[in-house]
Amino acid sequence: MKQTLDGFYTLEERIFYVLLLLGGGLTLLGLTAARSVEEHGHVITGMTNQVVWGLPHVFAIFLIVAASGVLNVASIGSVFGEKLYKPRAPLSGLLCVAMLGGGLMVLMLDLGRPERLIVAATHYNFKSVFAWNVFLYSGMVGIVAVYLWTMFERRMNRWSKAAGLAALVWRFALTTGTGSIFGFLVARQAYQSALLAPLFIVLSFAWGLAVFLVVQSAMYAWNGQRLPEAVQKRMARLLGVFVAGALYLVGVYHLTNLYFARQSAFEAFILLGQGDASSEFPALFWAGYVALGALAPLVLLLHPRLGGPRCTLAASALVVLGAFALLYVFIIGGQAFPLEIFPGHVVTSSFGDGVIEHYRPSLPELLLGLGGIGAAFVLTAIGVRVLDFLPQDDFAALGMAGKD
Amino acid sequence: MRSLRAVAVVSVFALAGVLAAATAGGADGRAGTGSLQPPIEAARSGPCLADPGFMRRNHPDLLRHRRDETVHLGARDARTGLKACVGCHASTGTGSVASARTDFCVSCHSYAAVQVDCFECHASRPEATAVIAPDALHAGGAEAGPGSPLHQASRGEVAP
Amino acid sequence: MTKADRDTGSRQGLSGRRAFLGLAAAGVGGVLLAPGVHLMEIAQAAVPGPSPGASPKVRWGLLIDTTRCAPGCTDCVDACNTENGLSGGTRPTDSQWIRKVEIKEIRTGRSQSVPVMCQHCAEPPCVDVCPTGASFKRADGIVLVDRHSCIGCRYCVMACPYKARSFVHEPLVDQKADVPRGKGCVEGCTLCVHRIDKGQGPACVEACTKAGHQAMLFGDLNDPQSEIARRVHELATTQLRADLRLDPGVRYQGL
Repeated sequence: MKQTLDGFYTLEERIFYVLLLLGGGLTLLGLTAARSVEEHGHVITGMTNQVVWGLPHVFAIFLIVAASGVLNVASIGSVFGEKLYKPRAPLSGLLCVAMLGGGLMVLMLDLGRPERLIVAATHYNFKSVFAWNVFLYSGMVGIVAVYLWTMFERRMNRWSKAAGLAALVWRFALTTGTGSIFGFLVARQAYQSALLAPLFIVLSFAWGLAVFLVVQSAMYAWNGQRLPEAVQKRMARLLGVFVAGALYLVGVYHLTNLYFARQSAFEAFILLGQGDASSEFPALFWAGYVALGALAPLVLLLHPRLGGPRCTLAASALVVLGAFALLYVFIIGGQAFPLEIFPGHVVTSSFGDGVIEHYRPSLPELLLGLGGIGAAFVLTAIGVRVLDFLPQDDFAALGMAGKD
Repeated sequence: MRSLRAVAVVSVFALAGVLAAATAGGADGRAGTGSLQPPIEAARSGPCLADPGFMRRNHPDLLRHRRDETVHLGARDARTGLKACVGCHASTGTGSVASARTDFCVSCHSYAAVQVDCFECHASRPEATAVIAPDALHAGGAEAGPGSPLHQASRGEVAP
Repeated sequence: MTKADRDTGSRQGLSGRRAFLGLAAAGVGGVLLAPGVHLMEIAQAAVPGPSPGASPKVRWGLLIDTTRCAPGCTDCVDACNTENGLSGGTRPTDSQWIRKVEIKEIRTGRSQSVPVMCQHCAEPPCVDVCPTGASFKRADGIVLVDRHSCIGCRYCVMACPYKARSFVHEPLVDQKADVPRGKGCVEGCTLCVHRIDKGQGPACVEACTKAGHQAMLFGDLNDPQSEIARRVHELATTQLRADLRLDPGVRYQGL
């Protein structure tokens, strides 16, 4: 990190080019994979007529939900007036746009006909949540851009609270829309629940803050500095609260399902692997999400003797891993379990009825998902290098006080 | 400034000239005699729905509008359906309108560099061995009946 | 030239350039638009419209008598594959518009063989979720995919309770002329809409009838005089997942 001639803190040139190379390379791999899928068809992926949304969608939904949540940091600063968060708001806005861009890139490239995007942009069926999402996602970018402008342009600073409020409201709508993609599906036992919209909102808080903490730690580490302890402890506690809230809602979701006799087979499949001995879903759910993605971070963040900067970083990383595990179980496990067309019957057919699908992710899917992360990476790196997105006040204060 | 004006004037005239040449070149329906024109194979039978100049300019609109009527409203017309076009314009060599570079649709479209993805879904060859009879085009829309050779349920390959 | 002269000169030049560019743009615009305006007049006069199609007074439906469906018989499936140009393959990525599902009730052990295809619901969830409106319900009740608008997002596949929709995972060749289908789009049973519009019935029903099984019946549910309407009025029939209240147009007898 260094100060430019204009006096704002930015990334050192060497670090910037390394980041650009890494992120750009990852993005390029993703684009190559997408081109390959476009040419040969989805038959080269692991997706089938039973599991139609696979690993790319896990990545994309993580990026989109985390993007909406990362703006929380800015909202706490602008809307709720917490001074400690105000310097972090620009970075939070940049991460929001970058991750949203990365997630949308993955979603759009995975379409069966990505060249028809213009059709999606001009023909709308407003009963569909997807159609609403086209506006919600692109509108989010616009609103965040305006919000950033109110923060950067001194003459517009008095509008930043209003812009922050608009961003907050829009963000809630966007995340509700994302959760409702699944919540509105009456066909599948994993979905069809109104709880999914608020669940996704709380998940967005947790995942967004975790991503922000990871990025923030990295930026400070490259500067050879530490986050002031007060800030770090507050953000750690906040993440702990969000993780606990998310775990609670996931628990309520499964508990309620267990009460319904018609859902018991599905719950047994997801939670215990019943019906498929080699199923990876119970391991991912219990070890990946509950243990590593929720309980371990809670201990690391809230235990009186822990909760320091290294614990916070570790907890944030674990929350992100747990997010992928949860999304994998939710999206893919929900599709792998067969549809119940004949309740009370055992069924077989040539089309996989009654059979639990063995979905195996393929390399193109993994590369495409990673490409989305790479794109978010590149956008963030360029943003931080070129404009003053870093928490400037913090660095200025630290610079004046000397290294901690 | 003066040179800028000169350049602008020349380019406007050049643009007008190119447009005039293109319109003139397109309207007289010559089948690929000039080296600049794409090779256009003659159709198998009878005149088309309208004259070549009109078809060249309006076939995208005709196709787009008719397809929405057909798909969404179920309004079908033997004369204006894509099958009829394919039946007449399929090349005698390849039996298709879109397999070789000189085939009817691909020839002009690759010349104009406008990608056409119709034949990713639509059959580019006429079905079975039947060719749309010239009368069908003029008979006013009566689709061939169930017993006709057009409706043999076979995966017919190339025609004549 | 002094700086003042240059400034004045360039300002004059600027306004002169602007005026010229404005004129040139107007001219080019006129040259480009004029032929289009002329052609629009021609287009509207040219080719007369096609015949009227689907009628909202009609509701096409199927009645399947599962007591006449033999396990192992796939006449309807084979006919559908042939009519629509499907490969007939059963890989997880192959399209199947109709399949025979062998069911056995857990408590009683009673077995049956049931053909399942798109149920052509009156309240189709696949139509609700399609972002572009490519998945739509025609006036006569047939639920179709307009592949000109389909972007291949597979949301309708997620939404369908009957696994009626398939996604085309590979490039296709040699499609049937009446049944265009291609890579990257979603598809499903069309009730052989291309045959219905000619006054025929679906291929599966025709094959089942020709083979003498008489398990499938096609007709207009809204016409009280039609055979199908009379039969569903007299006999006990059910819809699959009737609890979802989607009101499918396909009814089953003997389930």
